[in-house]
Amino acid sequence: MGKPSDLVQGTLDLLILTTLSLDSMHGWAIAKRIQQVSGEILQVQQGSLYPALHRLEQQAWIRAKWAESETGRLAKFYSLTPAGRKQLERETANWNRLSGAINLVIHNV
Amino acid sequence: MRGLEKLRLHLRMLVHRRQEKQRLDAELTFHLDQQTAENIAAGMAPDEARSAALRAFGNPVLLREQSTDTWSGNRLELIWQSLRIGVRTLLRTPGFAFVAIIVIAIGIGANVALFTVVRSVLLEPLPFKEPSELMRVYEQSADGKFPYNVVAGGVFTEWQEQNHSFADLALLLPWPEYNLSAAGGQLPERVRAAQCTWNLFPTLGVEPALGRGFTAEDDQPSANATVILTWGLWKRRFGSDPAILGQTIHLNAQAYTVVGVMPESFTFPEQAVQFWTPIFHEYSSERMQMLDSHMFTAIGRLKPGVLQAQAAMELSMVVRRLHDQNLDNPFISVAANIRPLLEDVVGDIKTPLYVLLGTTGCVLLIACLNVANLLVARAAARRRELAIRSALGSSRWRLLGEQLIESFLLSAAGGAVGLMLACLVIQWLVSTRQDLRRVEAIHIDAVVGAFTLGLIFVCAVFAGLISSVSASGDSILSSLQESSRSSTGGQARARLRQLLLSLEVGLTVVLLISGGLLLKSYRQMRSSNLGCIADNVLTMKFSLPESQYSKPAQRVEFFETLLSRARNIPGLQAAGFGAAVPGQGYYSDSGFTVAEHPPLPVGQSQYALFRTADPGYFAALGIPFLRGETFAASQRLNRAMKVIINDSFARQYFPGEDPVGKHLLARGEKSYEIVGVAGDTRYLINKSPEPMMYFPLYEGTENDGTLAIRSTAEVSLLALPIQRIVQELDHELAVSEVLTMDQLIGKSTVDASFDATLLLAFAVLSLILAAVGLFGVLSYIVAQRTTEIGIRVALGAQRESVLRLVLVDGLRPALLGLAVGIAGSIGASQLIRSMLYGTRPLDPSVFFGVAAILLFVACAACLIPAWRASRLDPMTALRAE
Repeated sequence: MGKPSDLVQGTLDLLILTTLSLDSMHGWAIAKRIQQVSGEILQVQQGSLYPALHRLEQQAWIRAKWAESETGRLAKFYSLTPAGRKQLERETANWNRLSGAINLVIHNV
Repeated sequence: MRGLEKLRLHLRMLVHRRQEKQRLDAELTFHLDQQTAENIAAGMAPDEARSAALRAFGNPVLLREQSTDTWSGNRLELIWQSLRIGVRTLLRTPGFAFVAIIVIAIGIGANVALFTVVRSVLLEPLPFKEPSELMRVYEQSADGKFPYNVVAGGVFTEWQEQNHSFADLALLLPWPEYNLSAAGGQLPERVRAAQCTWNLFPTLGVEPALGRGFTAEDDQPSANATVILTWGLWKRRFGSDPAILGQTIHLNAQAYTVVGVMPESFTFPEQAVQFWTPIFHEYSSERMQMLDSHMFTAIGRLKPGVLQAQAAMELSMVVRRLHDQNLDNPFISVAANIRPLLEDVVGDIKTPLYVLLGTTGCVLLIACLNVANLLVARAAARRRELAIRSALGSSRWRLLGEQLIESFLLSAAGGAVGLMLACLVIQWLVSTRQDLRRVEAIHIDAVVGAFTLGLIFVCAVFAGLISSVSASGDSILSSLQESSRSSTGGQARARLRQLLLSLEVGLTVVLLISGGLLLKSYRQMRSSNLGCIADNVLTMKFSLPESQYSKPAQRVEFFETLLSRARNIPGLQAAGFGAAVPGQGYYSDSGFTVAEHPPLPVGQSQYALFRTADPGYFAALGIPFLRGETFAASQRLNRAMKVIINDSFARQYFPGEDPVGKHLLARGEKSYEIVGVAGDTRYLINKSPEPMMYFPLYEGTENDGTLAIRSTAEVSLLALPIQRIVQELDHELAVSEVLTMDQLIGKSTVDASFDATLLLAFAVLSLILAAVGLFGVLSYIVAQRTTEIGIRVALGAQRESVLRLVLVDGLRPALLGLAVGIAGSIGASQLIRSMLYGTRPLDPSVFFGVAAILLFVACAACLIPAWRASRLDPMTALRAE
C-alpha cells in the first residue's frame, strides 16, 4: 500500500484542501477523514500531515483557529481561505488533467 | 490580500515564536490523545493504547522540527540556536576557549599588522598626482659597478634639454643640513633640508598649502634666496603663523625669504627633510655643469604613453654621447637607467617585509592547525555525545554546522582580540621605527578590516572542517561500541592529529632556521671589526657657514681652537675632527692618479673614498698606523699637501711598494705626498673596507664634518661641555646627531636586529605551540590506551619498555616534521639570501642547532605523558573502565 509521500508531489496538499472545502477540521480529523473516504487505502502519516498543514498555513491557503473540539478540548481547527479555495480549483483541474492523461495511456496502449 | 496575510503570518512566526511552538506542541499532543482514545475505544488497555499511539506517531521531536521547518525565519532561528549551543559548550570549557582564542588572536593579529604595513608601504601608490608616471632616473657608471648611480648636474641639464619622453624632469639633493637661526633670539638648530630644482613640486603634482612654489627665476645663482617650509617646521618653529610668508629667516647665517608652506601630509624625499631651497641658487653654476660629479637624485614624470624602456633608451643615448665627447674623463657615465619611483622608495625593505609577512602567514597556519588539533581532541572526547545525538535523529548536517559554528565563534573572538593587538603593534611600530620608509603612510582602513574578516572566515572553515571531517567519518554504532570499551580507541583520529602535528613542527623548523640565520647575520654584523675604537666614543656633526668662513685660514683657525679647547676638558682622553667617522656611511669618493706610476690608459679610472682628518683624528679613534705617521700640526694651509691612505689602498694600488713618500694627484691635479698608511676601517658596519684616502683638515678646503671625542668613563657627559665651547666660538652654530659610536652602529644595524628579533619571536611562539600540541596529542593517546598499557604492565611489561613505546609514538610526528622542515628551510633560506650577512644560507651550525633544540623540546613535551604512562598502576588502569 502506497504512502502519500510516494504519491505525486502536491497530492497530499490537494487531499487536505479538498477535505477542508466542506468544513473546518483539526489535524487528527483530517487524517481520519482521508482514511475513511479513501476506503482505508490512503493512510496519512503524522510525519507528513503536520508539516504539510503548516506549509499550507504559511502560504495563507488555509487558516487556523483554536476552538473546542467534540470532546470538549481545545484543538486547532483548519479552514480554507478564499485564496485556498482558488488554489483548490487549480489543483483539482491539474489533477483531473493529469489522471485523465494517465488513464488514457494505460487503457489505450 | 493573500500577500498581506502571508506577511502577517511571517511576522507572527518571528515575533511569537515561543507561543507558536507551544501551540504546535498542544496540537501534536491533541492528536496523540485522540489516537489513544480511539485505541482504547477499540478495546486496548490504556497503557497499551498509549504506546501503540506513540508507535504510530513516530519521533515527536523530529516531527516538531519538520513542522517548524516550514515556518519562515527558520534558518535564522537554527543559526541562532547553534550559536547559543556553541557559546554554551565553549563556556563549559573556558580553559580550552581561552587558549584557542589567544592562539588565533596572535595569529590573526600578527598577520593583520604585517598586512597593514605591507599594504600601506609597498602596495599603496605614492600620494602624488598620477604616481605611476613618476620615475627615478639614474646614471650607469662606465665601469659597470654602479648601474643605479646618482646623477651629475651637467648630465641632468643635457637630459632636460634633449629628451622627449618626460613631461618634467626634476633634480634634488636630499641630504644637506642648514644652521637654522631665526630672529627673536631663538636657539640655533641644525636641520635637514632638500635642495631641488624649481619644478620638483609641479613634477610631483603637489601644490603648496600657503604661498607659492618656486619659480624658474628663484632657481638661479643670481636670484634672491628663497625657502619653502614643511608644515611640521612651520608649526613647530614658527607657531603656524601665516604671516611667515614673505618674512626672512636665517639659514647658514644668510637671509632667505619664506615663499611657501607645503601641505601637512607632504614630505619628500624623506621624513627628516624640513624645508626646500632652490638647487641652482645653492650651488655654483660650475658645480651644476660638471659631468662627473655624481651626487643628485633625478626624478621625472613620463609623458602619457611613453614606455619606461623607451625613455631609458633616449636618456642613455644622451649620456653615451657625452661620454664619447669626453673620452679622457673616465668618470662620465655611459648609460641611463630608470625605475618607478615607488620601487626606488621601498626597494630595500621589500624583501624583509615580504619575509615577515610569510612568517606571520606560517604563524597563522600553525595557530589554525593547533586550534584544529584542539577541536579534534574535543570532538574525540564528545564522540559519545555526538553518536547519541545522531542516534536520536539529529541530522549530520546539523552536527557539522554546530562544529563549524563553534570554530567560527573561536575565530571571531580571536579575530577581534587580534585586531586590537594589531592596532597596538602598529602604534608601537610607527613610534619606534620612524626611519622606516613611508612609515607615515601606515594606517588601518576598511580594506584591513575586510582582510581581518577574511582571515577569521578562513581560520574558522579551516579549523572547523579538519575537525568535523574527522568526526563525520564515524558510524554511530562503532562509536558507541568503541567508547564502551576504549582499549584501542580513536586510533584514526590520533593519526590525523599526528599528521597535523608533523605539519606544525615542519613550519616551526622553517621559522626557527630562518630566524636563526638572521640572528647569526646580525651577530656577525655587530661583531665585525669597524677598525677603530667604538667604546666611549661620542660623535657630533656640524658645518661652518660658507658665508662667514669663506677663507681656508678662518676654517683652520676655528677647528684648531675648537680642538685645543676640547682637549682641555677634564676627563676627555682624545678628540679629533674628520669628514666622517667609521660606520657613518659612504660620504663621498674622489678620483686620483699616482704621480710615480705610468699614466692610466684613456678611459680607465681610479678612485677611493674621500675623507679629511685633523692630525689627532687617528689617535682619537684608535686607528693604528702601519707605516709612516699622521700629519704634523705645523702642516697648515698650503704647506699641508700631505695625504694618508689606508691599508686597502696600499695593497690595491701599491702592491710590493712602499707608498710612503709617493705622491697622489687628486682634487684638481694637486700633488699630495703620502705620509702614512693607516689601518682599514669600515664606512658601514656591514660593508667590507674599501680603499680610502685622508686629506688634511688643516688645508682648510672643507667646512663640515664630524667631531669625535673619547673618554675613559661615561663619554656622553662630555656632550654639553663640547656644545658650550662650540657656542662660545660661534653662537649661531648648532651641532647635530650627537651619538655615541654604539648608537651610530646600532642605527645602521637596526633593520637587521629588527628582522631577526621579530622572526625569532614568531619562531619561538611556533615552537611553544608545537610543544603544547605534542604534549596534548600524546597525553590524549596515553589516556586512550590506559587499559591497553595496564594489561601490558599486568602481563609483565617493563616500565622502560612502556616508556619507550609511548615516547616513540610521540616523537614520530616530531621527527617527520623535522625532516619536512629542514627540506623546507633549504628553500626558504634561498629566499632570504639577500638579507644575510657573513652567513651562508645552509649554515650547518644553525641547522644543527635548530634540530637539536627541536628534538630537545619535543622530548621534553613527550616525556611527561610517557613517564605518566610508565607509572600506571595496572589495577587502577584496568578498573577505570
